[in-house]
Amino acid sequence: MIRNGKKNYNLIVGSIITGFILLLILVGTFYTPYDPDAMDAASKFAGVSLKHPMGCDNFGRDIFSRVLEGSRTTFIVAAGTVFIGTFFGIIMGALTGYYGGIVDEILMRFNDAMFAFPSILLALLFISLFGSGKYQVILALGIAFIPSFARIVRSEFIKCKNMDYVKNAKLQGASNIRIMFVHILPNTVTVLLSAIMIGFNNAVLAEAGMSFLGIGVQPPDASLGRMLSEAQTYLFSAPTYAIFPGLIIILMVLGFSLLGDGLKSEE
Amino acid sequence: MAEKILEVSDLCVSYECARKTPFEKKKSIQVLKEVSFSMEKGEILGLVGESGSGKTTLARAILGMIPYEGTIIKTIENPQMVFQDPYGSLNPSKKVGWILEEPLRLKGGYTDEERHEKVVAMLHMVGLDEKFMDRYPRQLSGGQRQRVCIAGALMLEPKLLIADEPVSALDVTIQAQILELLQRIHKEMDLSIIFISHDLRVVYQMCDTVMIMKDGQIVERGTVEEVYFNHKSEYTGNLLQSAGIDINS
Repeated sequence: MIRNGKKNYNLIVGSIITGFILLLILVGTFYTPYDPDAMDAASKFAGVSLKHPMGCDNFGRDIFSRVLEGSRTTFIVAAGTVFIGTFFGIIMGALTGYYGGIVDEILMRFNDAMFAFPSILLALLFISLFGSGKYQVILALGIAFIPSFARIVRSEFIKCKNMDYVKNAKLQGASNIRIMFVHILPNTVTVLLSAIMIGFNNAVLAEAGMSFLGIGVQPPDASLGRMLSEAQTYLFSAPTYAIFPGLIIILMVLGFSLLGDGLKSEE
Repeated sequence: MAEKILEVSDLCVSYECARKTPFEKKKSIQVLKEVSFSMEKGEILGLVGESGSGKTTLARAILGMIPYEGTIIKTIENPQMVFQDPYGSLNPSKKVGWILEEPLRLKGGYTDEERHEKVVAMLHMVGLDEKFMDRYPRQLSGGQRQRVCIAGALMLEPKLLIADEPVSALDVTIQAQILELLQRIHKEMDLSIIFISHDLRVVYQMCDTVMIMKDGQIVERGTVEEVYFNHKSEYTGNLLQSAGIDINS
């Protein structure tokens, strides 16, 4: 973590914040102080107290428990999105970058068309076709994320495919598939990793945005964006309802951004 | 007369130029013009010529890496190549051990232990030891990298090795060591070598026969003594003169 006598603060701080968030998600998976969906009319809009560390919402649900559950949902959606985007992005980028020519032209023009389309709009279209819910959101955002990953992988493949070690592998009789995924792909990992970090952030924000618009995760499921959306009516009566989920989103995005930057400057 | 391992006749190679607009006519540049020569077993053939004379293209055509017209008859299997730039020819994300095992893995039919043993033996052969197996290419010096490249090319025990300017990226003391290594493996492994270079001194030291190329054609072909001391073409004379080799002494 130390290079040229200078500490990589981005990496250190990013790891700490991300670690903290992951710990929160892990704890939330096994234990929440209250049932996140249990309503209690008596504690409606309860303020911050020892009993309810983040207060209660309009149904008297414990916000801390819901934040734990919501950050897990948001994390799963973001991770799923990035997984789909990366997986298909790698395949598409590898094929277009390695082979070039007509395959490249067709796929990349298709890619450009997808790029020109706002991802939220694409997701909206998808939701209106297949209905809304956690898995639909993952699928919709995942597909919308493919082009950006494909582009990054493609440019790395173009850079690598003319290197002598690729020619050498060909000479030794390696198949194209093997050259693509065993010889070249490992050399794109650093670039891919920081792209994944950025993609993850965009996915967190996109999920929050979609849920805020009411087309993302559906009630009673909690997600950070969903909570923000519900909280907007009660900004003055129960400010903690909006503050804490918002804070966790900020930390999540900040942590991964710093981690991504830190990893980039490590290489 | 020794057995012929390579016979090239009327070899032509042309590259297509990139078009600036889609409507432009396709243009092509002929890089090799009816090249014919043959090579004997155990020969070290020096291939000399200025930049752009088609040396590397000839090597690639022989290895079947580019399309060509004409005939190339090879009586030996899987000739291998050592590239000019030892920094680009080793995969930066793989360890030396993996890189050397890869040709064996691709060929198939070896157990893990056999592969490991062969790699260790080959590393000793090129003057390195087995601790290099766990190193990444970036942890090696230029000379060490070129040794690894040579080792990689020799893993499948080819009978023909094409070395494309293998020492021009290295400094003089390392150059001498690599040349010595090539000469040693030539003897020990019964190897024929096509040695591409623009350095006439290195070729004199290294090769049995020389082929001088200019503009995609062979200008002169003969033993080192014939070409250096009794050359027929003016171009060879110019080359020798500009290299500072005094032919009259």
